[in-house]
Amino acid sequence: MNIFDKLMKLDRRWIFLLLAIVCVWSYLVPFDIPIMTEPESEAIYSFIDSLPPGDIVFIAIDYDPNNLAELHPMTYAIVEHCWRKKLKVIFSALSQNGPGMADQAIRDISDSLLVDKVYNGVEFKGREIVRGVDYCFLGYKPYYALIILGMGQDFRLPFPNDYYGTPLDSLPMMRNVINYDQVSCVIDLSGGNITDAWISYGQGRFNFPLALGLTGVMTSQYYPYLGSGQVFGIMGGLLGAAQYEEMADNPGRAKEGMRIQFFAHLVIIFFIVIGNIGFFMTRRQKKKEVS
Amino acid sequence: MDFYTFLWTTFGVFVTLATFSFLYKDNPFYKFAEHLVVGVSAGYFIIILWHNSLVPNLFQKLADGDWYYFWLNSSQLWYLIPAILGVLMWTRFSKDYAWVSRWPMALYIGISTGIAIPLEMANRVNKQLYAMMADIDWSNFFGTNGFDLLDVNSGLSQVIIFIGASAALIYFFFSKEHTGLFGKVATFGLWTLMISFGASFGFTVMARISLFINRIQDVGVWGEAAWDSTNPNYGAGFQIVFWLMIAFVVGYIINELRLFARSKSKAS
Repeated sequence: MNIFDKLMKLDRRWIFLLLAIVCVWSYLVPFDIPIMTEPESEAIYSFIDSLPPGDIVFIAIDYDPNNLAELHPMTYAIVEHCWRKKLKVIFSALSQNGPGMADQAIRDISDSLLVDKVYNGVEFKGREIVRGVDYCFLGYKPYYALIILGMGQDFRLPFPNDYYGTPLDSLPMMRNVINYDQVSCVIDLSGGNITDAWISYGQGRFNFPLALGLTGVMTSQYYPYLGSGQVFGIMGGLLGAAQYEEMADNPGRAKEGMRIQFFAHLVIIFFIVIGNIGFFMTRRQKKKEVS
Repeated sequence: MDFYTFLWTTFGVFVTLATFSFLYKDNPFYKFAEHLVVGVSAGYFIIILWHNSLVPNLFQKLADGDWYYFWLNSSQLWYLIPAILGVLMWTRFSKDYAWVSRWPMALYIGISTGIAIPLEMANRVNKQLYAMMADIDWSNFFGTNGFDLLDVNSGLSQVIIFIGASAALIYFFFSKEHTGLFGKVATFGLWTLMISFGASFGFTVMARISLFINRIQDVGVWGEAAWDSTNPNYGAGFQIVFWLMIAFVVGYIINELRLFARSKSKAS
């Protein structure tokens, strides 16, 4: 058995082991890699950055904990950006295992707003984020398509109360907020089909500006909606989150993750190349043997 | 972080390692983690459905009625109709009355279809067709700053999208044999599809690695917490739990190596 045959029969567990070693090593050794931003994520950042204080952004946290790795950094970066800019946020969580996770994220981000911070050279004073004043968390309801349509009529139809059981009318920030007309934009952070519903039943029906934060697996499927103008921005996977963190000057888990991602990709590319070399050389050898 | 939070975090690390142990081979720890996820998800969903949906959208609406009148004296009586339709779904568990569940199902599918068809057609077919056949932007043919092949709004991108999408559609046209010029266009369509699948593959690799990175980051946070003497709640219990966990993992690896060596010696 020559080296090419051995390559073709390499136990996949060796690849897993090497990948794990490289990832752990690059996690333990701290250094930065440059993050290049792209127009599709810049559009989202610029849109939010240009909104005046008091405007309302609707953030749909439509993912389960299994997509947390890619989408949580987006949630953290965007929500912190909104609150530092004194924007108000309406949250929903239309994925069935997401509400508890979303609630925890909202509390974490609220805590991080308590301290003073400097982003892109501008100092932002720490402040307390108050439920019902700075944000409203609507929670979960089944049948997301009908919920998205219902919210277009009145948020109170599908959500008479917020996630914590408080009637929407008793929340100060929701008093004059009826439906999407009072919302500057909707940002859907999604790990599944709910994005389709936001495009068809939300943006398509009510014509509000829609941006998407997607898992890597989904991203390439949704680029056509960017070209058609149905969405104004897309953040794809951990890279999208890292780009937002870079623009907001708020490095978090995504930027740290991209360092590990870089080396993991090198390992995968290396194995793809040697796998292909092994495949073509073995095929050539077999052809020679036949002839 | 207090000690009990650290205990839960340790359990999270255990479940993480148990899940990744499947990459080596199937084992009881992986099975435990798998069943735990399924069980917790199902339980969580039921509770969320009750508190977030049934209570505010049904029971609170009927709250001014009395249960012993079956809420027929409620001012919002009509909420009983979807409630009854929902209950009828449960007749699927009876062989004799399963047909009754078709009524609420028919209503649900009818409404969903009526809503879905025009909106899906308008937004996912028509708007995509308009975008594919948009006027070529000659003023920005080669992209921003004179030459940018990645600019999706450039005239060149519009031409590529139109030709690529048309060719990909032709590839799926099977009423004519794929020969001659038609065959060449279909082959170009196939290449367009392959490039699109390649982009999806690249993003998928990034997604899968991201999941692993997140787990490494969480295990890292757990490891740091075990040694964080600045934590006001820090105590010897943190390190005892940490080392018990490490001993468990090392023990499992040694046991697997022992079994592996035994199977090798038997084989030889």
